[in-house]
Amino acid sequence: MKHLAVLAAMLAPVSALADADPADWDAVIAEAEGQTVYWNAWGGSTTTNDFIAWVGDRVAADYGVTLEHVKLTDTADAVTRVLSEKQAGEDEDGAIDMIWINGANFAAMKEADLLFGPYAEQLPNWAFVDAEGKTVQTDFTVPVEGYESPWAMAQVVFIHDTSDLAAPLGSMNAILDWSAANPGRFTYPQPPDFLGTTFLKQALVDLLDDPSVLAAPATDDNYDAVTAPLWAFLDDLTPTLWREGRAYPATGPAQLQLIADGEVDLAISFSPGEATAAIANNQLPPSVRTFVLDKGTIGNASFVAIPYNSGSTAGAMVVANFLMSPEAQARAQDPEILGYGTVLNMDALPAEDRAAFDALELGVATLSPAELGSVQAEPHPSWMTRIADDWMQRYGVAQ
Amino acid sequence: MLGPVVAGLLGTVLPAFGHLPAAGLTGPSLDPFRDLLTWGGLPRAMILSVTTGLLATSISLLIVVLLTAGWSGTRAFHAVERLLSPLLSVPHAAAAFGLAFLIAPSGWLSRLVSPGVTGWDRPPDVLIIQDSWGLTMTAGLIIKEVPFLLLITLAALGQADGRRSVTIAQALGYGRVTGWLKTVLPRVYAQIRPPVYVVLAYSMSVVDVAVILGPNTPPPLSVQIVKLMSDPDLAMRLEAAAAALLQLALVIGALVFWRMGEVAIAALGKRWVARGARGRFDPLVARLALGAGAGSAIAVLLGLVVLIIWSFAGFWGFPDALPDGLTLRNWMRFGPGTMDALLETALIAVTAALVALILTIGCLEAEYRYGLSFSQRAVWLLYLPLLIPQTAFLPGLQTLMLNLGADEGRLPVMLAHLVFVLPYVFLSLADPFRAWDSRTGTIAAALGASPNGVLWRVRLPMLLRPILTALAVGLAVSVGQYLPTLLIGGGRVVTLTTEAVALASGGDRRAIAVYGLMQTGAALVPFMLALLIPALVWRNRKGLRHG
Repeated sequence: MKHLAVLAAMLAPVSALADADPADWDAVIAEAEGQTVYWNAWGGSTTTNDFIAWVGDRVAADYGVTLEHVKLTDTADAVTRVLSEKQAGEDEDGAIDMIWINGANFAAMKEADLLFGPYAEQLPNWAFVDAEGKTVQTDFTVPVEGYESPWAMAQVVFIHDTSDLAAPLGSMNAILDWSAANPGRFTYPQPPDFLGTTFLKQALVDLLDDPSVLAAPATDDNYDAVTAPLWAFLDDLTPTLWREGRAYPATGPAQLQLIADGEVDLAISFSPGEATAAIANNQLPPSVRTFVLDKGTIGNASFVAIPYNSGSTAGAMVVANFLMSPEAQARAQDPEILGYGTVLNMDALPAEDRAAFDALELGVATLSPAELGSVQAEPHPSWMTRIADDWMQRYGVAQ
Repeated sequence: MLGPVVAGLLGTVLPAFGHLPAAGLTGPSLDPFRDLLTWGGLPRAMILSVTTGLLATSISLLIVVLLTAGWSGTRAFHAVERLLSPLLSVPHAAAAFGLAFLIAPSGWLSRLVSPGVTGWDRPPDVLIIQDSWGLTMTAGLIIKEVPFLLLITLAALGQADGRRSVTIAQALGYGRVTGWLKTVLPRVYAQIRPPVYVVLAYSMSVVDVAVILGPNTPPPLSVQIVKLMSDPDLAMRLEAAAAALLQLALVIGALVFWRMGEVAIAALGKRWVARGARGRFDPLVARLALGAGAGSAIAVLLGLVVLIIWSFAGFWGFPDALPDGLTLRNWMRFGPGTMDALLETALIAVTAALVALILTIGCLEAEYRYGLSFSQRAVWLLYLPLLIPQTAFLPGLQTLMLNLGADEGRLPVMLAHLVFVLPYVFLSLADPFRAWDSRTGTIAAALGASPNGVLWRVRLPMLLRPILTALAVGLAVSVGQYLPTLLIGGGRVVTLTTEAVALASGGDRRAIAVYGLMQTGAALVPFMLALLIPALVWRNRKGLRHG
């Protein structure tokens, strides 16, 4: 009897997970009906918020899943939350059912066993995903192993107002030269905002002759030497920035307002279609275009992950699966709506679904896949963490 | 109401000394303070906290005092008063957004005169919003504190019998301002001291205005606390708690400093009174004060106007004075989202304000029936939750709830709001409630009404207008709450204010404008109803319309 009780106690949490076994998709759909999924996703971009609201309408209609978008200013907030819940013993029904995540946050959660899964590769729509051609199985060099499912591809582009800055700039040093010649016309989001740290990473990758060292974790031995060119670059760049680097826009979209206001002429973006969507929303002047650097730019996938203590894993998987559906992917890629790159493999799609993608116009300010050129790998997350910390010590408190 | 404050402070003190079982850490240790000291931005963050708080409080107090001294009882004063009172309910965040859209280098004022007057085709590269000294943030606080202090001063003035004193002083040859300062101010200031301290504590620890208008390299201490609180590394909570204690110490220090300033000014003032100067510059001073008072009102109003324009704007580039076109698209896009947030906001505000109202009426009625008197000390007790900086005890409260495993959600948020709503509702209703002519009650009792009958059928109906006003004040306070909603709600409770401040980082002015206006409406509409309903209910009872 005693042994039985122990066994039952051990099995209890396992059986809770077994309820939402992604391999038995019909059971997942049945369980998902009526569930509420709290999707914690960065809420700073109104176009993304609109898209998430549309996803909510669709999964409510098709699956009876209620999707609540918890708008974060920083994805790290959600990680904190799950961690706190684990420490407080809330293992059954945490506040978060799904997180828009990647990079360091994913690495931290995976390492601390805070994620549900693996589930991603069992989702029905995984069959359409371009697992070979797109970096959806590693996230900032960390193996995904099914603990998060991709929903968008992103690549760094630079948005420029052609009425003030006509020609693309081919390298970080070209940006520095231009900024020195046109002081106050460039800025980037303030790290640790993810797009701000992306700018730093992009600068480092472009400045290094051989960025392959960044694929391995940063060590105390190599960190200073590898990042030295970056700090030299920033020391030169900062005095030429908007407001001489004494203030920075808080996020990526805040830069768009600055361009519209005529305050700056150049901005970094992680979404090749963002500029076109912003022109459609009156957020940017029609004279805006985008470019990439000669050596290529950093690219990665955006994922969603499910915390281990979500009480609605079935509902969350239904949403994750819907995000990878041709319908949602085509909408996300529509430059008038979101302009995100798709994670799907066009060759794997049925003809009518592919037609939906083929029908999409690229948009005036969006580069074609050929123009986007080669995608550079994300550095290991340890680089970004250290660089962001150092940036804050060097420039975040500078007066 | 002290319970949550004390619990929150306790929840701050323990982690500040390294004790946080949820993170597997047990104290005591001084490491959190040591970590805090390694942050390079600390000195500047502390200085910012102190300077913005002291500047905002002293300047708004100065404007209000001189305005009242120079103009009370005149038609110009009534005009400014009428302009300022509705502004009291404009949430801080909305006022800050309006100001930002107005005075940024690419803001509306600059657009109106460009390129015509200035010759600017591009906005000048000057640091106005987020300036390193926090001056814009200070201005944002001033335009919101002036209406608050003015209304408080007006209430105190009613009991100070200032008119006769000034008349006598003027008969003795004193100027209007000088006469008022020398005879009335000492009496009035004794009464408005608690709210002045509230303004000081609030201005030193404000988060939403600082996020919108304040500097970021480094931010003021309060913003840094919120940042530390949301770090994925739970151990950062310790540093946050240490910073929160530091914030508390700074506020206490500033309050002591202010108190010493009061003593010094009183001593100097006595000599000034004795010297008998009649006030040569009075007319100039009075005119400056009127300008400043009107200016701060106009800044808020113009800010709201520019919010309205942005909410309907098509593309609007610099230096165009108006957008290329007007469109309903922004409202179509963001309107549905605001409705959900509005519902949540209203639910929380109505509950908190109603509970606060019931508690207040209960207290005041008990005081009346049992002849209790409310001491000056009890007034301070009421103000205490407003004097302790929110950033000092709310993080502690959140950590404590976390340790207890309590669910963060709507109900705890309502309770947290109640802590801040109750004092305002009480202060707003107490005077009219006590001023009620109790002879009416005696007559009703003589006609056979029970004490409850007197309360329900005579007193409360007669006090309809102040009750509705107190309710509206409570609603406005609740609508404007940012930090309690964010921290206690764990991000799950989404109100117009949390949405609007979250949008601030995205910089989409159209979305900010829509949310800011909805937020303003949520706070303003109850005030209009509080004016309208008594006028309708008592349309054929002339004597009660102003009751």
